[in-house]
Amino acid sequence: MAYLRLVPQNVNINFVGIRFITFLISAIVIVATAITIATKGLNYGIDFEGGYIFEVRLKEEPNIPELRNKLATLNLGETAIQKFGADHDVLIRVERKVAEGTDENAAQQKVIDAVKGAIGVNEDYRRIETIGPKVGEELVHNSMKAVLLALAAMLIYIAVRFEWQFAVCGIIALIHDTIGILALFSIFPFEFNETAIIAILITAGYSINDTIVIFDRIRENLRKYKKMELGALINKSLNETLSRTVLTGATTLTSLLALYIWGGSVISSFSLPIIIGIMIGSFSSIFLASPLLLYLNVKRGEEVAVAGAANTN
Amino acid sequence: MLYIARWKAAVILLVCVLGIIFSVPNMLPEAQRNKLPTWMQNTFNLGLELQGGSHLQLEVDMKSVMKDYSENLLDEVRTTLRAEKIGYTSLVLTQDRKGVTFMLRDPNQLSAAKKALRKTTTDLNSEFDNSGRITISLTEEATEKVQAKALEKSIEVIRRRVDESGTKEPLIQRQGIDRIILQLPGVDNPAEVKRLIGRTAKMEFRLVDHDAGTIQVDASGRPQGTVPLGSEVLPETGHRGQEGYVVVKKQVAITGDRLIDAQFEFREAQPGVSISFDAVGAKKFAEITANNVNRQFAIILDGRVISHPNIKGPLLDGHAIISGGFTPKEAQELALLLRAGALPAALNVIEERTVGPSLGSDSIQDGQRATLFAFIFVAVFMILNYSLFGVFADIALAFNLVLLFAALSLLGATLTLPGIAGIALTIGMAVDANVLIYERIKEELRHNMKPVMAIDAGYRKALMTILDSNITTLIGAAVLFEFGSGPIRGFAVTLALGIIISLFTALSLTRLIVIYWARRHRNLTSLPI
Repeated sequence: MAYLRLVPQNVNINFVGIRFITFLISAIVIVATAITIATKGLNYGIDFEGGYIFEVRLKEEPNIPELRNKLATLNLGETAIQKFGADHDVLIRVERKVAEGTDENAAQQKVIDAVKGAIGVNEDYRRIETIGPKVGEELVHNSMKAVLLALAAMLIYIAVRFEWQFAVCGIIALIHDTIGILALFSIFPFEFNETAIIAILITAGYSINDTIVIFDRIRENLRKYKKMELGALINKSLNETLSRTVLTGATTLTSLLALYIWGGSVISSFSLPIIIGIMIGSFSSIFLASPLLLYLNVKRGEEVAVAGAANTN
Repeated sequence: MLYIARWKAAVILLVCVLGIIFSVPNMLPEAQRNKLPTWMQNTFNLGLELQGGSHLQLEVDMKSVMKDYSENLLDEVRTTLRAEKIGYTSLVLTQDRKGVTFMLRDPNQLSAAKKALRKTTTDLNSEFDNSGRITISLTEEATEKVQAKALEKSIEVIRRRVDESGTKEPLIQRQGIDRIILQLPGVDNPAEVKRLIGRTAKMEFRLVDHDAGTIQVDASGRPQGTVPLGSEVLPETGHRGQEGYVVVKKQVAITGDRLIDAQFEFREAQPGVSISFDAVGAKKFAEITANNVNRQFAIILDGRVISHPNIKGPLLDGHAIISGGFTPKEAQELALLLRAGALPAALNVIEERTVGPSLGSDSIQDGQRATLFAFIFVAVFMILNYSLFGVFADIALAFNLVLLFAALSLLGATLTLPGIAGIALTIGMAVDANVLIYERIKEELRHNMKPVMAIDAGYRKALMTILDSNITTLIGAAVLFEFGSGPIRGFAVTLALGIIISLFTALSLTRLIVIYWARRHRNLTSLPI
């Protein structure tokens, strides 16, 4: 009946069979990311490092090198200017310099006035942000704490609803996703700011959702086919849920794509890491979390059967 | 089997109708919205980054709050010891400026000192050592109390100053133990507000020390020479900047707390501020002016002398005029600051985000467009995959958005930029529950189950999976809300609402539609899925 079928009926891909290849890919990505983060660090935005951001819509076509020279003569420390979004929009970043014992409020206003003076007082200043370094530090701390606690709570739920083995595989997949998405903020020029943390959250939430749907099917099949070899059973479950995994992934990516294309400069830069993150999350649910169950001695037979019987009643 | 109780159907439809009723006001222009009954006027708010405005995070300088507190404590201890005739030496603030310490001249007076200071030192830690040294410091609890009070007072003063400056609907709230969030919708240049809140505006009236003579200034502009005990040198400033130094008595005659009003006024073509004291202040003012005719009275603001007029005669009615060579604007600002009262300590602006109106309206427009396209894409995609059942899912998706807007309005939630992204994302993920159910139905059909049975089995078997995956996400959202800050909390609210609503639409609304559809088409041999 349907006009479109992304996944053929009775699909049978041997996901478990190619696990060494996918494990290797994941391992390489994780090691490579760890090395880049350790050596290069993340591209911290001013949310974390403190500093100034100006988004300006100019009346004339901006002459970036000329503006850059003008800014350099202000002696504000490190400044950066780039085109941003529409043709006449530029984004200016100014590093934060705090001299001991000076009046911070006045110093801040001085920087803002200096930049406005250099660029032109009558331009349209669409956005000006000033962030002290302390705020940034706290933000990292609080956000990281919230994210870690949220992940921990979700994993406890999995451990209670499933078995601990599932929770362990879930953790590994989540760590993989988080590191994978952090890579984007280290290798590519994505700015790591407050919205980046939300991007990580969305990715992690999506990934764990995806993983649970598959785990749920594995659990169901464990009760149904008590004698089936675990690898084959995992493969069967993955194939049975593949259609859903692909479809939901497709609708989510579709709406994210709409955000990326039409969402305007700020939302655009927010959705790109999520698009990549959701791909990473889907990958880890299928190729990492599920095959890993093979190595963790999942309980079969009597005990699970009793629990299953109690559940279906 | 495929059956839904009539009352359940009624409830489902009622929720959908209420959803429409509560989400529609958001789309009406304000004039029309005001004609609606009050219970329908709820709308969600636009965050500052969408409507344009300034967001400031301020930090109260708690170190100076503690120092002020300790200095007061020191005065109190000195007065008490003198009154009780207990000899002491080296009475100073402690190193961390959170208390005072001194030596007894006669260690035998320890118990007398203890007794005398008992009243002063309740709530405080007192340590006595054998050599006769006494250290009085604040307990953790007392420190917290002092700081909480300073924060509260700061918020109060900021509110008065901002209100008087004519800013519309400012939002002022405390954040943590020493922070204040100040949001000013529609303000795209907060420099003026920052100047207003950047001054403590502590006003003092003290007598000028005429015995000290004039102050010499050295090459670098610093004051030279010795000053009599009990007096100090303060800089004098007018609107032209530094204008020299004045020697004033350390003792404060009257503080700004005693002011009940301050108004901008022109007197002899000079801009000035007329002030009125309360009863106690007026009495003191009368006394001082009567006893010090032909001497100078210094008016000090934040440690700078702004004026030191001659006292021409006793002023008995508690009114006075300050004219310190101000510009009219400065005089107006000073009057406002004096009316609003002094801040307990200086405020630092540690975060400032300003969004101009053009970016805000662009963001709303872009957000609406992106949401619309996301909806169309996903809707078409669902129909391509599930044909008629895809249409059912799309109806549910539309109600998903309607109910989400209704819920945000009822909660009076604030829609932020990540919030808009969250809504668009919800569209993509909301169909997940339906996808799970439909895939299950298809699976059952492949196992040669009869269509009606397959529908029933599909809903029943997918339920557990849907619950497990959504409860996990809900738990995550709850934890984020509890421990996250600002935008992360807002995102958590949108996420949680999105999940609950998508559960409702998938498990109730589409099920209702599917059941009614199946009843009209008895003897089904296949499903349009």
